[in-house]
Amino acid sequence: MLIPMVAIRPAQASDILAISALDARLTGTSKPDYWRERLAPGLHFLVAESDKGLAGFIAGEVRAWEFGQPPAGWVFAIQIDPRLRLKGVGSQLFDALVARFKAAGVTRVRTLVDRKDHLILSFFRAQGMVAGPSLQLDKDLS
Amino acid sequence: MKLQTATRLGLYAVLELARDPDKTLSSADLAERFGVSSHHLAKVLGTLSNAGLVRGGRGASGGYRFTGNRRRTTLMDIVALFEPAPGSRAKEPGEDTDIGSALQRVLIEIDEIAEATLRSISLETMLKSKGPSLRSG
Repeated sequence: MLIPMVAIRPAQASDILAISALDARLTGTSKPDYWRERLAPGLHFLVAESDKGLAGFIAGEVRAWEFGQPPAGWVFAIQIDPRLRLKGVGSQLFDALVARFKAAGVTRVRTLVDRKDHLILSFFRAQGMVAGPSLQLDKDLS
Repeated sequence: MKLQTATRLGLYAVLELARDPDKTLSSADLAERFGVSSHHLAKVLGTLSNAGLVRGGRGASGGYRFTGNRRRTTLMDIVALFEPAPGSRAKEPGEDTDIGSALQRVLIEIDEIAEATLRSISLETMLKSKGPSLRSG
């Protein structure tokens, strides 16, 4: 596995265009305002930058007593340029976010994943994540 | 989720061989390790061999080694070789009743979660898990 040279750093306002473009390319939905809000103080929003530009990003936050659970670091989003996948960029971003969560004093990291999204499920599994104590429930209100 | 014996043996054999792809183990070695008959394991290894996951010699003393891709092969890939495909199961009596179909929806939900879990765990992830018993050597 070739590990590309990337620098991990906090996202800045000037990154939003590239972040939103990468996200829109992968999800089909453009939401620059959402990503801009992720720059707010107290949130963790990191980018991986290669010599060719944005390689990926990760967004998370420490939340306390969500659904009755003690403080934990939540990963809300991670996206990697498909050309750089399976090369360790996602793991570097994840590790950097976890380091920040630890520095903030939390000892657990959590996320929610679409159970049909095998790619992202496999990624988080490979980071050592396992099924947590909560079960997400849904109801169609239409 | 209840797995058939052949499925569990398939998972054991693949994981054991994938620990060290350069290492060769006979079906007799593997059978002894898991406490099963060599004959039973030979059939399982035959299925794994047809799927390209292992390559093996003939007879109980013939050696097998892992030939798949640890990062790309998931637990579900192995389970699917031995378990009936979802939806291919014969209808059980009572499934067409309102209670039967409501129960069926719950069972399908459980199966979907189990499948998502098995599909998300690669052999690589499994073998580098924190449990000391899964580490190589």
